[in-house]
Amino acid sequence: MWRGVLTVLEKDLRIEWRTKESLASFVVLGVLLVVIFSVAIDPSPQDAPRLAPAVLWAAFVFTGLLGIQRGFVLERENDCLGGLLASPLDPAVLYLGKLAANVVLLAVMQALVLPLVAVLLHAEMARVLPALIVVLLLGNLGFAALATLFAAMTVRARAREVMLPVLLLPLLVPVLIGGVKATEAALRGGFGAAVGALGVLVAFDAIFVVAGVLLFEQVIRD
Amino acid sequence: MSAPAILARGLRRDFGGVAVLARVDLTVEPGELLVLLGPNGAGKTTLLRVLATLLRPSGGTLQVFGEDASRRSPATRRLIGHVGHESACYPDLSGRENLEFYAGLYDVPNAEDRIAELLRWSGLEAAARRPVRVYSRGMTQRLALARALLHGPELLLLDEPFSGLDPAAAQRLQSLLAELARAGHAIVLSTHDVERVAAVATRIAILHRGSIAWSRQGAADPVVLAASYEAVVMGRA
Repeated sequence: MWRGVLTVLEKDLRIEWRTKESLASFVVLGVLLVVIFSVAIDPSPQDAPRLAPAVLWAAFVFTGLLGIQRGFVLERENDCLGGLLASPLDPAVLYLGKLAANVVLLAVMQALVLPLVAVLLHAEMARVLPALIVVLLLGNLGFAALATLFAAMTVRARAREVMLPVLLLPLLVPVLIGGVKATEAALRGGFGAAVGALGVLVAFDAIFVVAGVLLFEQVIRD
Repeated sequence: MSAPAILARGLRRDFGGVAVLARVDLTVEPGELLVLLGPNGAGKTTLLRVLATLLRPSGGTLQVFGEDASRRSPATRRLIGHVGHESACYPDLSGRENLEFYAGLYDVPNAEDRIAELLRWSGLEAAARRPVRVYSRGMTQRLALARALLHGPELLLLDEPFSGLDPAAAQRLQSLLAELARAGHAIVLSTHDVERVAAVATRIAILHRGSIAWSRQGAADPVVLAASYEAVVMGRA
């Protein structure tokens, strides 16, 4: 099973490394959003723990939606999806491979946006960085788990660029609330303050990943 | 394997209430090379996609080597090689990388040797490291065929495999198909190139309006075949 996951992950990352299509949109949109927020809000260092989580998560969600959709659009070209589905690869393994690739790409985007937010919003992050990384990775997993499933569901739709956010965003609300609360708690007091909110994120991650594994075959097959 | 490669009974497939496959009864034994003829829209592509387990049938039963194909087990899919209208190859990967990726999915033993052999057969050795995006139509088709043959499938399903091939590549494919059938592989292919396949087919069938309207055992004289085709298709039109 893990070999299949790694095969799909390696293929997706190789294509991304070559084309840089998702990363380019991540960087441009992520930087743009953070800059616009920082200029509009111009927060003091005291305001940073309250404002930085909202800016971070808004940037993650909007850039993430673009990148995750791209991951399935490339499967449509030349009917590569048909080649995958005709192979002995378990659809659940395909889901986990695509999910892993999305988590890696989102983590790269988070690594780019995080220091930018620290600088432009004057957020003190160095002291609480380990807690912040754990929160962001858990939020990343929950977001990617649900977005990967819905991107697969809408990949054959004509208006997929519109349908994906419309279907996905309402269901992402628990992860977003959990992520914003956990990020705020981590910024204020590190791991100790974020433990409760982390529990919520872990629970949603588990639910969304299991749902993705179980439902992926139903949504991807004709 | 004693079970038929394909055993379909009353196979139906609808799209939005329109029956593309009306009722297909089909048996293909190992070693058979069945050529499907039929006008555009007859249901050839849909039938091949249903046989490849890519589409669920709307009705009827389908067994592949004795296994219920509706279960779509990995073991059944491992027995099938399918080439559709599109190559199923990633344009941003090279030809070799595409074959390496699929070799990983099918867990092909001695993958390096097998890939080298297929690149040689398909005449793509020199272009193996170029991205598929820059391949010509014929090169992409040859790569798609190599991809489908990679895991040595017992059942080969080919949708218009000669399209885009130059005469030399088409001749190589024709020889390979005859060789595979002699070795006991079952092959179902759709084509409009009657002359090319008439000599190597062990059975020829005409699909018309979603069902097998005419079938004949053995190779056929292309002229006789063309007359039969016209009679079936025009006669029913």
